[in-house]
Amino acid sequence: MSDKPNGPVASEMIRRLTEALEPTRMHLDDQSDHHIGHAGHDGRGESHFALTIESAAFEGRNRIERQRLVYRALGELLDEQVHALSIRALAPGEA
Amino acid sequence: MSDVKERIDQLVKDNDVVLFMKGSKLFPQCGFSSRAVAILDRSNVEFETVDVLQDQEIRQGIKEYSDWPTIPQLYVKGEFVGGSDIMMEMFESGELQALLSVEKA
Repeated sequence: MSDKPNGPVASEMIRRLTEALEPTRMHLDDQSDHHIGHAGHDGRGESHFALTIESAAFEGRNRIERQRLVYRALGELLDEQVHALSIRALAPGEA
Repeated sequence: MSDVKERIDQLVKDNDVVLFMKGSKLFPQCGFSSRAVAILDRSNVEFETVDVLQDQEIRQGIKEYSDWPTIPQLYVKGEFVGGSDIMMEMFESGELQALLSVEKA
């Protein structure tokens, strides 16, 4: 795990993803500062994220199924806190 | 089948390539929708768009329709393809162009 953003939303996202998917690699980038002042940025930050996650859970699953696993792990965080999330979901050994 | 599901079904069946997005082709209202439109433009394909901001029922309904909580969503020949991350990955690997050109033929 390369980095851990400190905000409460990011920490909760990482906690849920770790619990659900036991990732072998995870990088969550809080890009909210790039979006200050436009719709979806409520001024609190922690609204726009980019996630790269590697997990054995993705093996043998297509792209749609992989992202669904991520969405399910995050649950209502996605509706209530996170305005935008870009996802790269890899199985171990994939570039 | 609920009314909204029927309406979405019809949109997806009537249009070979349809993108549910925030805003219009010319004025996308979100970065991911904007990226999805750019990818389809680059793929030289004709496509319809549905602005979910103009229709709260579809905005909610589309999430249940494909069990996918985010927008944009691309459908080709009635099949859910994915959101903008998947579109970008498929565009970069050439899969999206292959899928779209097969459908065009």
